[in-house]
Amino acid sequence: MKIAVCISQVPDSTTKVKIGQNHRSIDPGEVSFIINPYDEFAVEEALKLKEKYGGETIAVSVGKESVKETIRKAFAMGIDKGVLIKTDEEMDSYSIAKNLADVLKEINPDIIFFGKQAIDYDDSQIGTLTAEFMGLSSISVVTELTIEGNNVTAEREIEGGKEIVVALLPVFICAQKGLNDPRYPNLRGIMQAKSKPIEDKQPVYTGNKTEVLNMKLPKPKDKGKIVGTEPAAVHELVRLLREEAKVI
Amino acid sequence: MAKILAYIETRDNKIKNNGFETASTAVGYAKELNCECEALLIGSNVSESASSLGQYGIKKVLIVENKRLEKYSTTAYAKILAEVCQERNADIIFLSATSMGRDLGPRTAAKLEAGLAVDCTELKSEGADIIATRPVYAGKAYIDVKINSSIKMYSLRPNVFKSIAVDDEVSQIEKMEVKLVDSDFSSCVKEIVVSDEKLDVAEANIIVSGGRGLKSPENYHLVEELAKVLGAAVGSSRAVVDAGWRPHSEQVGQTGKTVSPSLYIACGISGAIQHLAGMSSSKCIVAINKDKDAPIFQIADYGIVGDVFEILPALTEEFKKILSN
Repeated sequence: MKIAVCISQVPDSTTKVKIGQNHRSIDPGEVSFIINPYDEFAVEEALKLKEKYGGETIAVSVGKESVKETIRKAFAMGIDKGVLIKTDEEMDSYSIAKNLADVLKEINPDIIFFGKQAIDYDDSQIGTLTAEFMGLSSISVVTELTIEGNNVTAEREIEGGKEIVVALLPVFICAQKGLNDPRYPNLRGIMQAKSKPIEDKQPVYTGNKTEVLNMKLPKPKDKGKIVGTEPAAVHELVRLLREEAKVI
Repeated sequence: MAKILAYIETRDNKIKNNGFETASTAVGYAKELNCECEALLIGSNVSESASSLGQYGIKKVLIVENKRLEKYSTTAYAKILAEVCQERNADIIFLSATSMGRDLGPRTAAKLEAGLAVDCTELKSEGADIIATRPVYAGKAYIDVKINSSIKMYSLRPNVFKSIAVDDEVSQIEKMEVKLVDSDFSSCVKEIVVSDEKLDVAEANIIVSGGRGLKSPENYHLVEELAKVLGAAVGSSRAVVDAGWRPHSEQVGQTGKTVSPSLYIACGISGAIQHLAGMSSSKCIVAINKDKDAPIFQIADYGIVGDVFEILPALTEEFKKILSN
């Protein structure tokens, strides 16, 4: 089985966001970068499939040379090889998906995993866009996955419940938290990660559909009111919620 | 001349609140841009739902009905939305940023070579353009986005845009045919499992959330009881989800759900930056925590510095009293 995982590099979730000088993106100055947390579920699911059916796992990413560090994190977990579509340009989800589709067509995988969204731009578009560019089906926000022969059954999280979705391979799966427990890389994995191959590719598509005009911080909130420290304070709290905030 | 198409989401052929929000927003921008606006519903029997959109100012509703469309299929629904958009010469599409909209949007955008601004919390018209504002980094920052393709798509965060009933008119309904073949259903929903009537944090108007301050999963009933009295959804911090106390579907924060309810009550949550990111756009925030220096108090509108085990039962009782009157 040929298994592809598309991963991205994002600022750690503990990052305090500072707006960069271009006013269109964050100041990367003191930011530490990690593999997108949802992509870890994607990587884990890919590794589990390989353990079950054999085959090869390939991580694909788009971005700067430094994204290779993130690909090596996936290697340390157990992914076999990587492809980096190398670019210093700012690409929107549409362009990234076009370029991923181009590389994935060549790889021709049986199944392609994504994280359900990257925790930087929270766009949740790229997996489904790429699937459509390749003319393949996709299931997003997946919390459980079963594959039998060519038949795929997945649980997809929706508001207040879940959908049971069926599809056939090849398929795109966008992983949600809960799908599995991602493994920690062991020392052997970390050592092996250094020598696994990463192939550089040039992007073939440029042509963003969207343009970020401006990035800003949320409006600062006024300092709130400490209503009290004793259970008796709940009376005043409820009054404020009804009469001042008018939310009850 | 622009033309707006509003895709109105249905589940079991019924429109939820997010659908009316989308309808109202589309009608509002049609007025502002002085252009036509039509709505589209897809399902197996949606004409009754369709006519209810008249109240929100939608004059014309297009419906595509087919037994096989009773449940969502990403491939079939995207084909219909894209074809209807082209046939009606629409160049602006509005839809909801729900789990369906977040799945349907990109697929349709790929078919139409359209730019898509996801999860918008504000829209502003500037001349003939609509500038979308949307949260990034789970709300730690916002970006203003302009779409440069000829067809432009915007998905709207639920609970942010208002649904406004304007008149009692019944909309005119037009049935449309879209030819569907087996391969259009290459992935489809076989079954929907509703979690025992539990309200989802992503849809709730009030959320009561618990954190590590509750000390053990057995104490979570304190949160659930307050939520029940308020008709609220139960939320959780990442710490308690990672500890296995609560399901991940309840998690609020950067690696959970980003929410904007009218009232968010944080109980025993210290307020890690990744949690604050997911809920700080709530309209009113109440924090109950015994540590007066907890970061949650920085963004709370009202706080009680005290023991959740004492405050929560008292608060539940107080609400019971008030709401039963």
